[in-house]
Amino acid sequence: MPVTEKNTETSTGFKPKIVAFCCNWCSYAGADLAGNNRLEYPADVKIIRIPCSCRLNPLFILRAFQRGADGVILCGCHPGDCHYTSGNYFTRRRMTLLFSMLNFMGIEKGRTRVEWVSAAEGAKFAKTMRDFVETVTKLGENKRLEDLRCKTTN
Amino acid sequence: MLESELAKIKDEILSVSGVNPRKCMCCGKCSGTCPSYDAMEYHPHEFVHMVETGDIEPLLTTKSLYTCLSCFACIERCPRQVEPAKLVEAVRMVVERQRGPQHLEAENVPGLIDGDMPQQAVVSAFRKYRK
Amino acid sequence: MQRIGVFVCHCGTNIAGTVDVKAVAEALGKENGVVYSTDYTYMCSASGQQLISEAIKEKNLTGVVVCSCSPRMHENTFRKCAERSGINPYMLEIANIREQDSWICKDMPTATAKAVALGKAAVAKVTLNAPLTAGETPVTKRALVIGGGIAGIQTALDIAEAGFPVDIVETKPTIGGKMAQLDKTFPTLDCAACILTPRMVECGQHENIRILSYSEVTQVKGFVGNFTVTIKRKARYVDETKCTGCGECTEKCPQKKVPNEFNMNLDNRHAIYIPFAQAVPKVATIDPDYCMKLKDGKCGVCSIVCQAKAIDYTAKDTFIEEKYGAVVVATGYNPIDLSKYNEFAYAESRDVVSSLEFERLMNAAGPTGGTLLRPSDGKHPKTIVFVQCVGSRCSADAEKGHEYCSKICCMYTAKHAILTRDHYPDTECYVFYIDVRTPGKNFDEFYRRAVEQYGVHYIKGMVGKVTPQADGTLDVQGSDLIMDKQVHIKADMVVLAASIEADKTARPLATMLTASMDTNDFFTEAHPKLRPVESPTAGVYLSGCCQGPKDIPDTVAQASAAASKVIGLLVKDKLKNNPCVAESNEDMCNGCSQCENVCPYGAITYIQKDFRGPNRTTVTRRVAQVNPAVCQGCGACTVTCPSGAMDLKGFTNKEIMAEVDAICR
Repeated sequence: MPVTEKNTETSTGFKPKIVAFCCNWCSYAGADLAGNNRLEYPADVKIIRIPCSCRLNPLFILRAFQRGADGVILCGCHPGDCHYTSGNYFTRRRMTLLFSMLNFMGIEKGRTRVEWVSAAEGAKFAKTMRDFVETVTKLGENKRLEDLRCKTTN
Repeated sequence: MLESELAKIKDEILSVSGVNPRKCMCCGKCSGTCPSYDAMEYHPHEFVHMVETGDIEPLLTTKSLYTCLSCFACIERCPRQVEPAKLVEAVRMVVERQRGPQHLEAENVPGLIDGDMPQQAVVSAFRKYRK
Repeated sequence: MQRIGVFVCHCGTNIAGTVDVKAVAEALGKENGVVYSTDYTYMCSASGQQLISEAIKEKNLTGVVVCSCSPRMHENTFRKCAERSGINPYMLEIANIREQDSWICKDMPTATAKAVALGKAAVAKVTLNAPLTAGETPVTKRALVIGGGIAGIQTALDIAEAGFPVDIVETKPTIGGKMAQLDKTFPTLDCAACILTPRMVECGQHENIRILSYSEVTQVKGFVGNFTVTIKRKARYVDETKCTGCGECTEKCPQKKVPNEFNMNLDNRHAIYIPFAQAVPKVATIDPDYCMKLKDGKCGVCSIVCQAKAIDYTAKDTFIEEKYGAVVVATGYNPIDLSKYNEFAYAESRDVVSSLEFERLMNAAGPTGGTLLRPSDGKHPKTIVFVQCVGSRCSADAEKGHEYCSKICCMYTAKHAILTRDHYPDTECYVFYIDVRTPGKNFDEFYRRAVEQYGVHYIKGMVGKVTPQADGTLDVQGSDLIMDKQVHIKADMVVLAASIEADKTARPLATMLTASMDTNDFFTEAHPKLRPVESPTAGVYLSGCCQGPKDIPDTVAQASAAASKVIGLLVKDKLKNNPCVAESNEDMCNGCSQCENVCPYGAITYIQKDFRGPNRTTVTRRVAQVNPAVCQGCGACTVTCPSGAMDLKGFTNKEIMAEVDAICR
């Protein structure tokens, strides 16, 4: 049976590709809680699990955009609650720098986000994803950072 | 009255007041606080319950709408932030709107006031009767 | 070349209801490296695991992808299955197509497409996975219990009985907690002190238990099996090793106006004091805020009368550092501050008391010697009104109290009413309630006794207002919803069932332990149903009301449960480490020390190493070395490394990027 994808609600029928990086301890558990509570958020969001938000190399974000992602979001534990004590502090600083650089390059601010989600915040996770997908959908397809050499026909 | 009419009135009451009667846990603290309890046929907790169950017809004709002082003590004390006084006010507004405007002339007010009338009662009266 | 097997789970209809599992298996079967792809109803079941096991053996699989529920549920289950079947357990990846797909998306084609994408990412990752072997760390066979109430005491006794040394750290000068303040306990009406004090004495005398009273935890370092904790021992100004607890000093102390917190400030104590007669340790403590000698240099009577020469005005706070394998949090609860409840005249009238204050008034060792008297004029109350749910069950936006039900109040109010009616049959008792919650064993029968045997009047409704009258009584105005009346009761005393909340020391402690808390400051458990005594942080366990409101039977049950988890940990000689640790490629490392600076555990050191240089020379370079026993695998160093020498096993750069590529295809 061929696998087709349903369009999200836009007039152009554009469905964004969203990569979400979630830290294993808080935000991934929060994402699981959203699922446990059957809260809905768009399936455009696909989550990659990393041990801590500080594992996220800015190059992974650029790689995602290069390969055709339209938005990238990183979720971690609230500052002060990092399972590894200080990881999310590094994340915060790195992402500030990265997003500032991307902004300078002309990449819209709405395409990237950092959100702190705890393991008890399933509702916040779902809401954040819904908001983020809406923002990225409005911004449209990522043309500036995509690498045409990487485009495949699936 | 028809069921559908009552349903529409209930929607109007809920949207005008912004109250969610389902938050009520039936503790009775609102009625326990109400200074006007003995003068009311239907009490704050009954207003909340009856609006939720749709039993609105008796509320539209009761004198309790006017014996409620709008002192808002029930709002202050309710542990669940249900705001019964807003519901009473909304029912009152629905009734008044049907009845027509200018029910109380400003010139007639001084004759109705005596030395004991608290300021808030005067303000609430205007709010109640000038719809 | 990898030979990967893909196993898609239906999870009954949990996944199969919204994801076309057969289509997913078919699509993934076409991926590079996948030689076998199938689906099954319950992968985690014995037969599901058998399926995986047989496939591994028959198809010579080198890697496994399971598309199922969250890895947080069954990653261990499947890893063990892989290991039993002959492949390294880290050659297995899980695609979360339940919590993060089938349960959040109702549209089948969309959910199926997402499942395929997530499956492709897992296949891409496992293609690059390398086999990993777990290292081992030793376990310090000693436990720390923070909090000396009934929860901490029970946990400590159980751990000590199993043969392990335990330290109890308690901020007050004595252990015992809130239970020591209670009079009788429901539903048996046992005297609280009678059942608690033998346990306290056992703690004090047990060879495996060390009580560090009047102390606080100030710093926690390390991880499960290897915690290093700094404890501040506050200055008592009394030498614990010399003091015999005779009490001479407390009788002779001239400073008599210190509010007695043990009696809820209903009476006074002296500046040098023993909190109550059965205190453990039975050692005096000087309160530096009130002692005339410590503040103004005057007096000094206690040191003169002390036969044991135990008084030491020059004492200072001391700090000790100890190593522990496991930490148990048992910090307990406090009743809320009732000052926001002006409608009940709590601040206005001394005869409006909280439930814990009433407990002290009933207690034979309390401020009135066990006779129930009004705090204002010492007269006997003829009518008492009990108000339920003060500060509990309030909606979040009301901001006056807590959303949760405090669980113990319905029962203790019934107890208060029964005891009052039992001691004073001429006193009328009224209870204004919203619901009466009596879920435990013999609880409802207890409440019925209050109504049927003791004639306590239960009124369904709430008190709106309490007004102190000129004649010293209290006018209680409330609603009676069953009779549809507003009632006025002329009461001599009003008792408010105050909500209980977590102790204030809980939040800073949670930060120190990296244990999570919810918005009500209760510690969160690892799983609300299946793992109620462990915090998500390994090695930190929860006991008692710090995790949520509960009564004594539940507290003791949970305390013993926490102890059993601790014993399960301490009984191991070695803990298997997480093998997903950082590793530095020494050929690429330039010795910059950036990674060393960011590691929260101090797992990275630098060594001088010899390398073969050009023209047969030897070059000595400074390179990083990671201690796999200490590394917890966070990955902070991998990103910091400017040369890309540092990578994280199990989550390598290439593996993560392969996942990104697969998702974005």
